[in-house]
Amino acid sequence: MEFRAEIRILPRPELLDPQGKAVEGALHGLGFHAVRAVHVGRLLVVEFAAPSFEAARAEVDAMCRQLLANPVIENYVVVLEPLAQPVEG
Amino acid sequence: MKVAIITFPGSNCDYDCWHAVRLVGGEPIYVDHRATDLGRVDAVILPGGFSYGDYLRAGAIASRAPIMRAVRAFAAEGGPVLGICNGFQILCEAGLLPGALLRNRSLRFRCHPCYVRVERTATPFTAACRPGQVLQMPVAHGEGRYYADEATLARLEAEGRIVFRYCTPGGEIREEANPNGSVAHVAGVCSEAGNVVGLMPHPERAAEAVLGSEDGLWLFRSLVDLLEGRLARSA
Repeated sequence: MEFRAEIRILPRPELLDPQGKAVEGALHGLGFHAVRAVHVGRLLVVEFAAPSFEAARAEVDAMCRQLLANPVIENYVVVLEPLAQPVEG
Repeated sequence: MKVAIITFPGSNCDYDCWHAVRLVGGEPIYVDHRATDLGRVDAVILPGGFSYGDYLRAGAIASRAPIMRAVRAFAAEGGPVLGICNGFQILCEAGLLPGALLRNRSLRFRCHPCYVRVERTATPFTAACRPGQVLQMPVAHGEGRYYADEATLARLEAEGRIVFRYCTPGGEIREEANPNGSVAHVAGVCSEAGNVVGLMPHPERAAEAVLGSEDGLWLFRSLVDLLEGRLARSA
């Protein structure tokens, strides 16, 4: 089966996020005074094959732990979905 | 005394390190990131630069390069390893040093001379220094804000593993002397055994008077003096 994983990575909340602060300041400057917080992170999309949904979940978690996210400074959320299979005929 | 300088795609301080090692009488050799063996070397330097374009996170991809398995084994046996700037980021990403380097608080690339105070002399790269000695070396980084969580930082302080702190020319620890917002003004740390050291400032760019400072030579001289038996081994 083919899968598509969206990995949303954000700086851990206890960390100072100067990028988020800079964007927040710019939004305030444009008149968006209701903005209370902005956080800038990263979105990765990984397409891969795995025998089952459970195996795909384990595989993408391993990818995150070994390379894609740094647990010292980042949290991540994975949204995993099977890719639509080509329809035969 | 042979010193391996690891070159990654995007390393740009490798020749500066080569030159600094030569200046103190060492024998530098380049080792490619794709190699799986360091050969017979006495020390390893991970030089500065922008390995893999700093993609994903600074140092993240380089820290998973084939040569890093050999560097890890060398460090585990007590071999001296020095990571400078991007090399420090790589060592943190590899888990050989604690913590991480984040985007500078100012969001600006900081490129100027700065001062650091030697907080620990029991490392292969500070053995020739006086405790509290002030060294002038340049910084050149966008992601140099050292971060470790409270528990890790408390442990580093308790174990005396902060090797360098940013300071004023007179050696005072002040907010204005900290170029990037590093926690506890940390400019460099070491491993538990003290043999792996990482720092953001560039000692190899402060290796000749014509460059504005020769203070960086203290790190290279410490290594050579220690390995050649002119200094007692304490780390």
